[in-house]
Amino acid sequence: MSNLSNLTRGLFKENPTFVLLLGMCPTLGVTTSAINGMGMGLATAFVLVMSNLVISLVANNIPDKIRIPSFIVIIAAFVTIVDMSMAAYLPSLHESLGLFIPLIVVNCIVLGRAEAFASKNGALASVLDGLGMGLGFTMSLTILGGIRELLGSGKVFNLPVFNENYGMLVFVLAPGAFLALGYLIAFINRIRRTN
Amino acid sequence: MVLVLFCVTLISSAAVAYVNSLTITSINKAKEAKQADAIRQVIPGAFNNDPVADTWKVETDGGVLEFFPAKQDGETVGTAVKTYTKNGFGGEVWLMVGFNPDGSISNYSVLEHKETPGLGSKMDQWFTKEGKGSIIGKKPGTAGLKVRKDGGDVDAITAATISSRAFLDAVNRASAALAGNADVYSGATPKSSTRDTLTEEKPVACDSLCNHHCNQ
Repeated sequence: MSNLSNLTRGLFKENPTFVLLLGMCPTLGVTTSAINGMGMGLATAFVLVMSNLVISLVANNIPDKIRIPSFIVIIAAFVTIVDMSMAAYLPSLHESLGLFIPLIVVNCIVLGRAEAFASKNGALASVLDGLGMGLGFTMSLTILGGIRELLGSGKVFNLPVFNENYGMLVFVLAPGAFLALGYLIAFINRIRRTN
Repeated sequence: MVLVLFCVTLISSAAVAYVNSLTITSINKAKEAKQADAIRQVIPGAFNNDPVADTWKVETDGGVLEFFPAKQDGETVGTAVKTYTKNGFGGEVWLMVGFNPDGSISNYSVLEHKETPGLGSKMDQWFTKEGKGSIIGKKPGTAGLKVRKDGGDVDAITAATISSRAFLDAVNRASAALAGNADVYSGATPKSSTRDTLTEEKPVACDSLCNHHCNQ
């Protein structure tokens, strides 16, 4: 696997949201607006890169029995660091994302990539994989968030496109998240099949 | 095995503690700035004291209300009250409500809430002057403000009656405590109050509010 393929794999071919279908909980919960989706994606990308790096360096020294707990402690430490940094330097984004920032710890993408890739590959490859997956996640969250924000409240990135009164409230709430995500996956599957 | 686990947790907690020490001042500063902003937003007109320095607290049933008096050259021009309700749809809601010296509402700001986005979360705009359920200028009095469904004259947020009721609950709690009638509204006597340490401003504010109550 070349380094370039490690990086680009997470963007399209193995996009965590639309292809691997991992990390659905934050995807559905946080994408009420494009900026929330983007912020969440970037926070997850940071955790992915850092945890992949550290885990690829120490995985050989960790006995099999305590592999998963050790990975989770490392991931939780980075998530806490991200949480504190956002509270200090990006307070309004921290407030809108709320409880979902600590939930990055149990995001399947992070533990999944640590188990499947970082524990078995070198540092550079793991970093690129984490970066690719993180950016792919950010992209899909931003797209989904943009669609839900546009249909639900007539805005994209807080810029009004049409009058909020014509928005469909369901897209801002949970059922609309499922609807939008489902149709988006179907659309992308269609594109992938014709390619 | 134990050694490895110990090392992992030790290094992780050390890293977290280090970042905590880096960010704790910024986090506290952001909280204080947000509170100061909220006070400035809800007080009508100009003031040249430091409301946070002159603050006093009242303990009511289940919580503490904080009062931030705003004075221009010693004259009280308004009071910002940090109030709460436990009846929100998603839990507690914290508001900063600004009152004119005569007890009417000058403005408000939502500090914290867990209401549904797109429904209850609209409370940050709905009850303002330009909103459909404006409470600006209204005097809650001892009866308090109520939504139309409960016989009052405030329009609740469409499809978010519970959030609207909770919002008004917080506003009424602030108003009742400000007028010193917390026991009338909540059924509990204020346990402690440091208002005794204030000087001549207190009788002036109390008089205008008490007069208003007597006249109602």
